[in-house]
Formats: sequence, C-alpha cells, structure tokens
Amino acid sequence: MSIFPAHRNHPIYWAFVLHRLSGLALALFLPVHLYVLSLAIGDGGKLDEFLDWTANPWVKAAEVTLVVLLALHMAGGLRVLALEFLPWRDNQKTLAAFAGATALGFGVLYLLNVV
Amino acid sequence: MSGRLEVWLFAAQRLSAMILAPLVLLHLATMIYAVQDGLSAAEILGRTRGSVFWGGLYALFIAAASVHGAIGLRAVLREWTPLRGAGVVAMAFCVAILALGWRAVAAIT
Repeated sequence: MSIFPAHRNHPIYWAFVLHRLSGLALALFLPVHLYVLSLAIGDGGKLDEFLDWTANPWVKAAEVTLVVLLALHMAGGLRVLALEFLPWRDNQKTLAAFAGATALGFGVLYLLNVV
Repeated sequence: MSGRLEVWLFAAQRLSAMILAPLVLLHLATMIYAVQDGLSAAEILGRTRGSVFWGGLYALFIAAASVHGAIGLRAVLREWTPLRGAGVVAMAFCVAILALGWRAVAAIT
C-alpha cells in the first residue's frame, strides 16, 4: 500500500508530511549540534577548528537547509496549534502556505547573511 | 497502550511546542545576526560566557526540545515503522539530549 494514495494528495496532508520529516531531520541533527557546541569547553580552540570547516560552501548549503527545516517546523507547528486550540477557520491552506513562505523567508535571510 | 499516557504525551507535546516556538524564533534571529561576519568561538563565547540570560534560555530550550523531540520520535516510530519499543527509544533520546544539551550549555556559559 502506498503511503500517498490519491485521497491523501492534498496540501494539508503534505503540510503534515513536511512537518514530520522536518521534525525527524531536526531530531537527528540535534545531538550532533550539541556535541559540536560542547567543543567550546576550555578556550574554544577545538570549536574554532570545526568552525573553519563550516566555511565550505557545501556546509553553508547544509546550514541553509537546516534553517529552512527549523523555520518550517516552527511555523508548521504554530499552524497545528492554531488548528487545535483556536476556533475553526476556513483558510487552512492559506495558513499552510504562510508556514511554507515563513520557512523560505528565513532560509533566504540566512543565505544572504552567511555568504 | 494507556489512554491516559497518550493524553499526557499529547499535552506535553503541545506545551513544549508553545515554549519552543518563541525560543526557535529568537534562535533563528540570533543565527542570522551572528553569521554576518563569520562565526568564531570567540564571537560565540563573547555573547554567552557568564550570561545568565543565554544560559537560562538555552537550558530551557534543551529541556523543552528533549521532551518535544522524544514524543515526536515515538509517534513517528509507532506510526511509520513496525519497530517495537518506540517508548524506550524515545526515553533514551530524551536522556541523551538532556545530557548532551546541558553539557553544551555548560561549555558555552
């Protein structure tokens, strides 16, 4: 059975899938992120060695992707909270689009500042 | 599966999300500001060392993220994989994030 049958091919279902996948990616990234920060123990020399590596354009591209995923998960999560805790509104697809736009906006802002 | 447990996990997931949303917004803004002139240990530590504000904020961030990530991971494992023991994996994730996270906070403050 496909996990994407025709009746699920809907913007809000895709918003759900993106929310899950972005959350999963962030959960896998988080231990690595925290480990790298702990390299600052002492004078931060080891952290600087790592930060030099992040000057690589491929690493910057990965950073932009992570920023987009983080912003997407936050904005998508606010959409879920609004859906569950605020009175029903008919513009659910607009809220999902706003979440996507927010994520891309943060990605562009980060990209413009990191290069 | 206990229905009562599911209700508590649902509540904890939403409560942690409400704590995380403003912290993530601040984190995104800080990152965008901080990378402008390139990152260095001195730049990061200059902002965070000795700061009760950043230390407290990141410690709260870690606590909320460990709970939120663990419950999310449990849901994904239970709904999308045939694996048993999703709860054990989630608990291990929560403990690992708390340990790694608070160690990282101690390192930068």
